[in-house]
Amino acid sequence: MSYDPIDIGIMFAKIALVFFVILTLAAYLVFAERKVLAWIQDRKGPNRVGPFGLLQPLADLIKLLTKEDFRPAGSDKWLFYLAPAMAAIPAIMIFSVIPFGSPVTLFGHQVQLQVADLNVGLLLFMALSAIAVYGVALGGWASNSKYALLGSIRGLAQLISYELSMGLALVPVVMLARSFRLSDIVNAQEGCWFIVYQPVAFVIFLISIAAECKRIPFDLPEAEGELVAGFHTEYSGMRFGLFFVGEYINIIVLGGLAATFFLGGWHGPLLPPVVWFSLKVLAFAFLFIWIRGTLPRLRYDQLMHFCWKVLTPLALINVLVTAWWMVLRG
Amino acid sequence: MKIVSDITAIMTGMWITWKHIFRRPVTIQYPEQKRTPYPRYRARIVLTRDPDGGERCVACQLCSAACPVDCISMQAAEGVGGRRYAEWFRINFSRCIFCGLCAEACPTLAIQMTPDFEICERDIMALVYEKEHLLIDGCGKSSEYNYYRHAGIGVTQPRGTGNEERLPVDVRGLLP
Repeated sequence: MSYDPIDIGIMFAKIALVFFVILTLAAYLVFAERKVLAWIQDRKGPNRVGPFGLLQPLADLIKLLTKEDFRPAGSDKWLFYLAPAMAAIPAIMIFSVIPFGSPVTLFGHQVQLQVADLNVGLLLFMALSAIAVYGVALGGWASNSKYALLGSIRGLAQLISYELSMGLALVPVVMLARSFRLSDIVNAQEGCWFIVYQPVAFVIFLISIAAECKRIPFDLPEAEGELVAGFHTEYSGMRFGLFFVGEYINIIVLGGLAATFFLGGWHGPLLPPVVWFSLKVLAFAFLFIWIRGTLPRLRYDQLMHFCWKVLTPLALINVLVTAWWMVLRG
Repeated sequence: MKIVSDITAIMTGMWITWKHIFRRPVTIQYPEQKRTPYPRYRARIVLTRDPDGGERCVACQLCSAACPVDCISMQAAEGVGGRRYAEWFRINFSRCIFCGLCAEACPTLAIQMTPDFEICERDIMALVYEKEHLLIDGCGKSSEYNYYRHAGIGVTQPRGTGNEERLPVDVRGLLP
């Protein structure tokens, strides 16, 4: 591995770019969600701050930053302060392994449009999404509040269960691409996207990531009708903001992963690769918002039942069928 | 197959929300756009005058008695020819619930509801309306009606000469 200063500079530039784009996109995803939900409900949505309400994320940010940073009595100080970061940071870190464009040449260097091209990229994603569970668990535990605790217990069980079906849905992808490296997975889809070979795995993955980012049919950890706000009930100001933004970063990242694993990543005709990738991510984000505007929340036993008795066996059968098919094909 | 009907149900729901995305919002952007309230909308209360320009209110206290939140108060007085009027008349709009019972109770149609709902104030005391704020120059909803022209009291005309009113019966003339 060479340590050319230009390489290191490019690396830092990529990190800064990813940070900036992801955070801005997450803030505007909040705005887009409010707008699309409003349209679905025949309303107009936020339209007062700036033209078409476009400065609304800025106003929200100012509001969150200037709010009181409150910590309930009897809460665990360090865990309480740590939990929001543990929810948001792994979500951003997952993006480091996602290739968001075809390699380009800058200053005579071949530059991968991907922060880190790890040979275990998929495993890193699984590991980091497991770490993100700690944010939910510790946030609820440290708050010293029954609603937060109930929310975090639900969140723990839900996230761990759906991680299983998500992982099993990715096994056929790895089998087809014969690599854990995400750039290899993308390149393996140059001819034909994996959604064509693996529609069942795609549906299982889609449902699992909806549960993984706690979106509405599966938003039991923060069910506002039952648990006030679930695991982040006691959080205010920017700490709540971190949980909140973390969820939207999760949507972007998991949408990006779904695009990478099943929709050919940045592959696509006519348009430049980065545009294709962004379009796919935004389509997933829109799909999640649309689902939120349509479906009601599941009951808790239905949620667990669905994961353990439907998705996981289905994913296992899918793995077996894929293996059988690959052996037959040779 | 239950799963097929379940998936169909979800897809139907998704299709309905998809259609609603392109529907025109029902929102009325209030300070810029205002809808015209219906004529019988119940908002700010006024005291009207009869077609001859006199005050309709006879200070009978019926509105004040009908008011469920007790926001109306007045002092009765008597003018020339025995015509009653309110010496002062006060409605506390910070308590008023705009139920319209006062307007229903009024026998002279003096107290009436208008569709003017924009009466917010910073200072709550500014919502206590006195008679000079309440009294308007028109007749309100019933432009013909004049209580004294109907009633059997000789205030605006001698007794028995009002609308739909007969002369008083001469009780001695009824003797056998």
